[in-house]
Amino acid sequence: MANYIPSTKLVERVCAGDMRAVSRLISRAEAGVAEVRSALAEIYRATGRAHVVGITGVPGSGKSTLVGKVVQRLRADGRKIGIVAVDPSSPYSGGAILGDRVRMSEIGTDPGVFIRSMATHGAIGGMARAAMDAVDILDVAGYDTIIIETVGVGQDEVEIARASHTTIVVSAPGLGDEIQAIKAGMLEIADIHVVSKCDRSDAARTLTDLKSMLVLGALGSGDDWRVPVIGTSAISGEGLDELIDAITRHRRVAFETELGQRRRRSVAEFRLLKTAEALLAERFVKARSDRTAEYTEQLLARTGDPYALACALIDHSLKTEQGSTDDENT
Amino acid sequence: MARNVMSQPIRVLLAKVGLDGHDRGVKIVARTLRDNGMDVIYTGLHRSPEEVVTAAIQEDVDILGVSVLSGVQLTIFPKIFHLLKENAADDIIVVAGGVMPDEDAIALRKMGVREVLLQDTPPRAIVETLCRVVAERGPR
Repeated sequence: MANYIPSTKLVERVCAGDMRAVSRLISRAEAGVAEVRSALAEIYRATGRAHVVGITGVPGSGKSTLVGKVVQRLRADGRKIGIVAVDPSSPYSGGAILGDRVRMSEIGTDPGVFIRSMATHGAIGGMARAAMDAVDILDVAGYDTIIIETVGVGQDEVEIARASHTTIVVSAPGLGDEIQAIKAGMLEIADIHVVSKCDRSDAARTLTDLKSMLVLGALGSGDDWRVPVIGTSAISGEGLDELIDAITRHRRVAFETELGQRRRRSVAEFRLLKTAEALLAERFVKARSDRTAEYTEQLLARTGDPYALACALIDHSLKTEQGSTDDENT
Repeated sequence: MARNVMSQPIRVLLAKVGLDGHDRGVKIVARTLRDNGMDVIYTGLHRSPEEVVTAAIQEDVDILGVSVLSGVQLTIFPKIFHLLKENAADDIIVVAGGVMPDEDAIALRKMGVREVLLQDTPPRAIVETLCRVVAERGPR
């Protein structure tokens, strides 16, 4: 353990913006080691300055490319930008290919940009468990805007809206009609809609579908904010200035209006519940193993039913865990 | 398997540096490592040593793997080591892959490249080698 720097010692270096300390503390948060918790507690109390922007959309819709272009422009006025880019872990091996950096080469050596790739490690909802910890760490390290890029998602991975101040949903042309656009789920959570690849001829149709959806429901619109639909092209640069303008305007909404205040409360509540859920799941996973095989057999033989066996498994697991960790908790 | 001491997946950055357009090999290696439970960050083609070292630091990888099929190994590895040292990041383990003469492989090892895994290395040996060098380094 000679080379091991305690996490609480890293906090001071994170506050000074030390890149190595930032990346190491994110790794510790990802690992979820018990030792990192007091450091993260210290970090959390110092957060609250950064504007957190979530970007989500279907796989291949151009999220990473868009992030690269947007960040380049945001950097023009000197803001430091942090990026947390999430890609999926294999459900079989647990490994992952994190390829978002491939699309962000233009910002790869900018000292005002910090890019961190993260695998989902079994988390659902399009985010990684430690993504919010990484956002906190980057906030404290002095990054003004922090972008979370979710994994490519389907229709109902909407957690990002409860983890960010501003949510951008990226749609690609040619993936559905106006019926897709009025379905519940992902399209409802956007503060800003982007239709990417609008140099393609079928993009106009997607723009129209999204705009008519918004007119129908006036979703997310109120006195403080009207959801824009912006067509962008990474090739021609079309729409990017408009998008930057929308992000800047929504930043003011998030920090200066009653709507923004409500949003930030909802983010805090989600954080609390999500963390509690993760801790509960961790305890459950640690303790459940001894009865899982036995109950599986009963379920397979139809001598038990899913609800009763699951209740028994929960009761047994959490009781075992309670007994064994009392000492360390008190 | 393929986990470090904090029982996290081993993190590997795989990089292609300079004017080298051959990435089939590195993609196969990426896939192999993924299938053995590692988190693999791929940089894409045509990166500079500066980009690669910045990425390795921000991603806090255990291993920086650089694939070279263009014969520039004796030019780029000294640059990479220089940048790692400059950024106090020389605890990152550097591994080379690709095709090169034996004497270059020896030179790279002298320079500090931990392992040189050439084109005839079986996938299993790559996985085992990476697991071993991370285990030898210990926690950090």
